[in-house]
Amino acid sequence: MATTIQPQAEAKPATALSNEEILRYSRHLIMPEVGMEGQLKLKNAKVLLIGTGGLGAPLGLYLAAAGVGRLGLVDFDVVDFTNLQRQVTFGTSDVGKYKSEAARIRLSNLNPDIHIDSFETQLTSANALELFKDFDIIVDGTDNFPTRYLVNDACILLGKPNVYGSIFRFEGQATVFGMPDGPCYRCLYPEPPPPGLVPSCAEGGVLGVLPGIVGSIQAMETIKLILGRGDNLVGRLLLFDALAMKFRELKLRKNPNCPMCGPHRTIHQLIDYYEFCGVRGEEAPEPNVQVPEMTPRELKSRLDRGDDLFILDVREPHEYQICNLKGALIPLGELPRRVHELDSSREIVAHCRSGKRSAEAVDFLRKAGFRKIHNLKGGILAWSDEVDPSVPKY
Amino acid sequence: MAVKIMIPTPLRVFTGKRDSAEFSAATVGEALGNLTTEFGELRKHLYTDDGKLRAFVNVYLNDEDIRYLAKENTPTKDGDTISIVPSIAGGSAGNAN
Ligand SMILES: [Zn+2]
Repeated sequence: MATTIQPQAEAKPATALSNEEILRYSRHLIMPEVGMEGQLKLKNAKVLLIGTGGLGAPLGLYLAAAGVGRLGLVDFDVVDFTNLQRQVTFGTSDVGKYKSEAARIRLSNLNPDIHIDSFETQLTSANALELFKDFDIIVDGTDNFPTRYLVNDACILLGKPNVYGSIFRFEGQATVFGMPDGPCYRCLYPEPPPPGLVPSCAEGGVLGVLPGIVGSIQAMETIKLILGRGDNLVGRLLLFDALAMKFRELKLRKNPNCPMCGPHRTIHQLIDYYEFCGVRGEEAPEPNVQVPEMTPRELKSRLDRGDDLFILDVREPHEYQICNLKGALIPLGELPRRVHELDSSREIVAHCRSGKRSAEAVDFLRKAGFRKIHNLKGGILAWSDEVDPSVPKY
Repeated sequence: MAVKIMIPTPLRVFTGKRDSAEFSAATVGEALGNLTTEFGELRKHLYTDDGKLRAFVNVYLNDEDIRYLAKENTPTKDGDTISIVPSIAGGSAGNAN
């Protein structure tokens, strides 16, 4: 449960491997590209993983197995059942445990010769520099824009490489930022997308193998950086489309006007990244708009009373197949062109999974002149919690 | 001159799930203009209200960022590929809402 970095156990770099280590790493040692010299570099390397989820799983497993001597694991999240589809570090018995600690135990079992610290803390502007300073390489496996910019800026301020990977559904990106003369994340993406223009919530989800592939690419790049071998992804953005099974590569240039890594740097310290990204965190529960709401219990008693209510489900058809409240299905994205299918004289209750998309739908319909319309508070998740637990949550 | 535009996953919801589209165009800007004419909902994701390409949208002609070419005036030739590269933040999985 360490939340501060302990002084290192061994201050001096290792200069030899034990016989057990020689046996364990023999398939590295017999490769001239690694050899004894490379294996000692791995043993003396210190790598910090930001996030132990989808990308962090293969990263942690491969870096620990490869003998990276010191690993730091930063994650404040707790393992839940929906993680197990892709976060292969964890087993069913880990559900409910802190991810960083569960990962530490798993990786220690994989390789007891390495030193692993778990940090059950959210990476913030207040702790990032302190956390990063004892490590050589930072690997970004986070899942939100504020942390992406924070990791980038902290790496540039400290002059540390940032091995970057990100995924979306069945598409991934990977590169290495923060090398001398190489570009940084802000060179590629000077500004975060405004929250309203982030791809629709309905488009969430990820193919479980995808983070395995992209995280493995990050692990490979990390090991190459440590070994000083091969051509790494500095200045190249690797794009991977798992559906098409295609890798493509784009040139990344250092932006001479970059506010972070350019010659005329205007950012000299870490900032408030949530404000910068215009969000209050990925898990912000508040909908963007204020609309009239109905609680699941209220809806249940109105339906039991036989009131004439029109239930509008604004989720996607594949979600309707998982579970539904027998509402009429019009996905949020289709609402503008299908609005004529709705009768504004009837009382309408709109719902989605959590209440966020349906809040947008209610806001849209109110602007279109609908007056008798409510948002089901908390969506189908709250319905399952408060009214009918036989409805599965997803 | 036929130019292929690669549509990234997050924007395919606006292109009827199409992952690429071909247009004849003499510049990158013209090709993107044709794209957003065919798929109207895409426009506000690529352009600001005053018609400027959004800062978080990266556009590449083949493997070069058009910011380091002639931006939207970059000329295209037959067989070129234009890629729209959006920022994606995921490390794990976006939840549905
Ligand atoms: Zn930069």
